Amino acid sequence: MYRYDEFDARFVAERTEQFRFQVERRLKGELSEDQFKPFRLMNGLYLQLHAYMLRIAVPYGTLSAPQLRMLAHIARKYDRGYGHFTTRQNLQFNWPKLKDVPDILAELATVEMHAIQTSGNCVRNVTSDHFAGADAEEVEDPRPVAELIRQWSSLHPEFSFLGRKFKIAVTASGHDRTALRYHDAGVEIVKNSDGRVGYRIYVGGGMGRTPYLSYVVAEFIEKPDLLAYLEAILRVFNESGRRDNIYKARIKILAHTLGVTAMRDRIEREFAEIKAAGTLEVPEKECARIEAYFAPPAFADLPETALPTGGALGDWVTSNTHPHRVRGYTIVTISLKPIGGVPGDASHEQLDGLAALLDDFSLGELRVSHEQNLVLPHVRIKDLPALHERLTALGLATPNAGLITDLICCPGLDYCDLANARSITIAQEISKRFADGARQHEIGDLKIKISGCVNACGHHHAGHIGILGVDKKGVEYYQLLIGGSAAEDASIGEILGPGFGEHEIADAVERVVDAYLKLRQPGERFLETSRRLGLEPFRTAAYGEQRDGAD
Amino acid sequence: MLTANRLIDGTVLYWRGGGWVETLGEADVFAEPQTADAALAAAKDFVTRNVVVNPYLFEVKDGRPVAEREIIRAAGPSVRRDLGKQADV
Ligand code: HEM
Ligand code: SF4
Repeated sequence: MYRYDEFDARFVAERTEQFRFQVERRLKGELSEDQFKPFRLMNGLYLQLHAYMLRIAVPYGTLSAPQLRMLAHIARKYDRGYGHFTTRQNLQFNWPKLKDVPDILAELATVEMHAIQTSGNCVRNVTSDHFAGADAEEVEDPRPVAELIRQWSSLHPEFSFLGRKFKIAVTASGHDRTALRYHDAGVEIVKNSDGRVGYRIYVGGGMGRTPYLSYVVAEFIEKPDLLAYLEAILRVFNESGRRDNIYKARIKILAHTLGVTAMRDRIEREFAEIKAAGTLEVPEKECARIEAYFAPPAFADLPETALPTGGALGDWVTSNTHPHRVRGYTIVTISLKPIGGVPGDASHEQLDGLAALLDDFSLGELRVSHEQNLVLPHVRIKDLPALHERLTALGLATPNAGLITDLICCPGLDYCDLANARSITIAQEISKRFADGARQHEIGDLKIKISGCVNACGHHHAGHIGILGVDKKGVEYYQLLIGGSAAEDASIGEILGPGFGEHEIADAVERVVDAYLKLRQPGERFLETSRRLGLEPFRTAAYGEQRDGAD
Repeated sequence: MLTANRLIDGTVLYWRGGGWVETLGEADVFAEPQTADAALAAAKDFVTRNVVVNPYLFEVKDGRPVAEREIIRAAGPSVRRDLGKQADV
């Protein structure tokens, strides 16, 4: 698994001490807020509605038991007993005091964690598939590549002050679980016709107020050339990205203004230059060194085992397990979406409880998914009944992974300083509406994603059903979007029409879902039905009973 | 009314008589824009002295904030009634 080497340890220790010094100067009044803010943001510290918020990176979403225990400890000692898992494989604490943050960072460093690259205009923490190293379909484990990119980017002097933030995702499976095409750059690990492994590269995706899907700029980049190619992309961005307007500064704007041909030409030119200099070739030795960090755990040689069926256990197994590449094992999704709960929140008791489970049930590893759930990547099938019992006791056995109540939702106006409307309350209302398990299974694969403002932290553009909170003269309204996807069949959802009031939106969602159940053909998912039929039937359903919303 | 966040811990504060209190109910309501602006100007001094950050004025009607945002700031998260200022009363 991910290990920081001595170099990282020194770097993080230095950064923590620097930040302690800056906080002291700030509290003594030697730095003004304007001078201090860039330091604060570089260390993942925001000021929110009620308090500060600290964002901690979970590289590739991989957590160990000691790290979970540390997060539980921090939640107890410095926060209000819980943390919030985000769609970017980060964890946010909502109540830290500025004066405590240097101590928190120092404690985190003892378990090799930090808040670096979680904010600011740099290459952000690289995200990857939460089933990495376990999925039956992957070409190879994507995490070594993600780690290589992290090491190259985190210290690159040229790239610490980009025109805007830059997010990279890496996947190695035909089933994309990283929202790859919504990233500034995406790396898909593929095999070419000769059976050689290399990279397909995407550029120009993003959410926010102007959503774009990325496009392919290179079909196949050879392994040693990866960093040279990514550097070429960042050079083009640095040279030509707009710095005059924050809303136009992301590479998605440049990429879609230039178009694929011009963009590709520009990148190719830089790429040729970097390659000629030869400095960025990835040595095989370095790859091997990093791969060794992610060496697969010691899997036992197990017999073929059938998944348990029947009862509460069977329901949970049906929705919350996924095929593993090793015989006798399975991947378990732990839903952080209890019916009517806050999506993504976990209490310190739950974090501690999970830490205690890891060694017994998952070869010591836990993952964080971009869908705000947790994953036990390596569970023996025969352990499922015992695991289910332990998770039930922790309140973590909700059988809804991938179903309609497995909603993605940003903090919204309950916490976020930028929000226009609450999002969690809407998620809770919808979750309660669809609480019935049989109904959820009948509806099948349906992803609802909710953001409290156009920044789109809750991925509303990518929801099969998306919900966007807007503000109308201080009152909360909600727009419905239909037909988005963040998976390999990526698309951007379309707005259905005028917004709905706080107490109308869950009804509207329910009417849209009922319309789908009536209109679908056998085996058709919501997304497919909406693509086949377009918006109109859903518009009719949503607005059927009332049309007094806002626009 | 006038609000800000305390520098050291981020706590939401409200202006009363030239200083800060933690509960909205105890804070000054300005009937006139002039007094509100004067208070904001005075609050800037607390920014310079590094006591608070981000002071600004917001609208109230019958002692209650007009915007949902300020109602939530004054109380705490509406999805966690056990947290924030609402938990202390
Ligand atoms: C509560 C404090 C937060 C603040 C102040 C914040 C701020 C922002 C801002 C300003 C953007 C837009 C950036 C741009 O368009 O260039 C953004 C985008 C985003 N944030 Fe957040 N965010 C917060 C929490 C979260 C949470 C909790 C999540 C995960 C649930 C998250 C995930 C994302 C994602 C996925 C994007 C979209 C990136 C893109 O534009 O491609 N953020 N955030
Ligand atoms: S989408 Fe808006 S409201 Fe939600 S967390 Fe992001 S910035 Fe805040």
